[in-house]
Amino acid sequence: MYKYDEYDHAMVDARVAEFSDQVRRRLAGEITEDQFKPLRLMNGLYLQLHAYMLRVAVPYGTLDSRQMRMLAHIARKYDRDYGHFTTRQNIQYNWIKLEDAPAILQDLASVEMHAIQTSGNCIRNISSDQWAGAAADEITDPRPWAELLRQWSSFHPEFSYLPRKFKIAVIAANEDRAAMRLHDIGIQIVEKDGQHGAAFYVGGGMGRTPMIAPLIKDFVPLDDMLSYAEACLRVYNRYGRRDNIYKARIKILIHELGADEYRRQVEEEFVHVKSLGIDPPKAEFDRIAAQFAPPPLDASAPDAIDRSDPDFAVWVDQNVAEHKVSGHAIVNISLKPIGGIPGDASSAQIDLMADLAEKYSHDELRVTHAQNIVLPHVRKGDLYAVWQALDAAGLATPNLDLISDIIACPGLDYCSLANARSIPVAQKIATRFSDLGRQKELGELKLKISGCINACGHHHAGHIGILGVDRKGTENYQLSLGGSGAEDVSLGTITGPGFDEDGVVDAIERVTDKYLATRTEGERFVDTFRRVGMAPFKEAIYG
Amino acid sequence: MKLLTGNDLKTGFVTWWTGADWSLHIEDAADVGEAGEAILAAEEGARRVNAPYIINGEATADGPRPAHIKDRIRALGPTVRPDLTLKPADPAAGDWVI
Repeated sequence: MYKYDEYDHAMVDARVAEFSDQVRRRLAGEITEDQFKPLRLMNGLYLQLHAYMLRVAVPYGTLDSRQMRMLAHIARKYDRDYGHFTTRQNIQYNWIKLEDAPAILQDLASVEMHAIQTSGNCIRNISSDQWAGAAADEITDPRPWAELLRQWSSFHPEFSYLPRKFKIAVIAANEDRAAMRLHDIGIQIVEKDGQHGAAFYVGGGMGRTPMIAPLIKDFVPLDDMLSYAEACLRVYNRYGRRDNIYKARIKILIHELGADEYRRQVEEEFVHVKSLGIDPPKAEFDRIAAQFAPPPLDASAPDAIDRSDPDFAVWVDQNVAEHKVSGHAIVNISLKPIGGIPGDASSAQIDLMADLAEKYSHDELRVTHAQNIVLPHVRKGDLYAVWQALDAAGLATPNLDLISDIIACPGLDYCSLANARSIPVAQKIATRFSDLGRQKELGELKLKISGCINACGHHHAGHIGILGVDRKGTENYQLSLGGSGAEDVSLGTITGPGFDEDGVVDAIERVTDKYLATRTEGERFVDTFRRVGMAPFKEAIYG
Repeated sequence: MKLLTGNDLKTGFVTWWTGADWSLHIEDAADVGEAGEAILAAEEGARRVNAPYIINGEATADGPRPAHIKDRIRALGPTVRPDLTLKPADPAAGDWVI
């Protein structure tokens, strides 16, 4: 894992001191809310429905046990004993007091964490594959490149006031576990003629106008990656619209320019940027990469798993994935208990996951964009002990990628932007489909719920997506089918008129019944939808 | 009726204008009538409350009830965590929101 150097420490410590003084001045009445708001947002402090909300960055979703315990400590000491893991691999606290914010940021800095650039029109937390460094299908660990992008984008003077927020994801496997093409820039590390390079997909995103990022450059030598990213940003910063917030994202610019013209401008800018020498010398990149060296895993460890406990076997089948090193496995911890709140974890649960990481996973954890937690490096011989501990803490729900593994934004229960509640809908759906046999019969089915058009719940990318809207002061839910955030990326199609809260649960049951009656051997829900189209599902829903 | 609401500067908690001060409890909220804009300006100047705004509400037997669900959720707390609302001991409190 990356460890802060003196520059990282100095930058974060200086920001904590600066923001602490800004908070003091605000509490003393020396500055107005209008003056203070942009300052607090630069430090991840929002004002939500019930209180201040603090969003803490988890770079590319990677944490060690010390950092995870600090997240639990903050939940316990300053919040209401829980945190909410988000769809951008971060964590949010919903009940923060302004007067506590400086102390919290100091605590975070003590474990090399912060909340900088988790809001505002800047480059946000770099996200990545939660199985990075462990996945059997990756060509390299993408995190050194994500870390390089983190350092480049932190306090980047030219990109602190972009036309709109900017999100970057980096992966290095053909299986896309990070919704890479639904980011402003999605980078896939690829191999060509024995060399690794970066494929740049630019102009994706969800929100009001969802778009899949087109391929702008299929192979950028990794020595040029930062310069190419800088060129992409420069063209956007120069021509992105600042007159209309709804048209300010890079996806709109590329849509209006056309991918070819945007590419031409980027290439032209790249020639200039490359001459500036911003790409790091090899020794510096090697210094970063060395900190992501694989943990010392014993490839001769036993590969067999004792499956004599049937509940354990069910969990292994659903939540445990193959590791690149024999005798080891990737443990996916579901934060989606039936009837629970997707992504929420108590401070005790967070502490427990930290303990398990320290004891069984070479001190590493990951946050996933699906609001779950990963222990990336677990010996297969330790799986039973891990499962027992998780089960005792309510963290062993065996539902990864099943219909109850729902992504849901905080919705109108917490969020000041939301139009409708997301969480109660997720709870009702999970409860309706609580029978595990039924869930497994449905197979992989990614259900995603957003409480407003900003799409924090990724509803456009759900095999089944739900969007909450305000219909004359009443919550209403639009259903969409056929989206995907994976390597088979696609955007969902709205089925028709919306439903009330119970109605949308009934509609989903009709959709899944139709799927079971229509599918062919081996077809996932989304495969069947793509084969037969909307009509039979629409008929099942509306008659 | 017209109600005036905002968030407390220090805690961020939802507050309601009572006619003389701010309260965490919607039951204490006063009908500000046509005086809302003037109170809002004065209170923003006093810098005790963040982002105050005027909402529509109705007078009920249980006290003021905001017209929009968003403000009713603000008044009570998250419907999915009754233990964290202002009425954790009242299992029916969520019905008031819906």
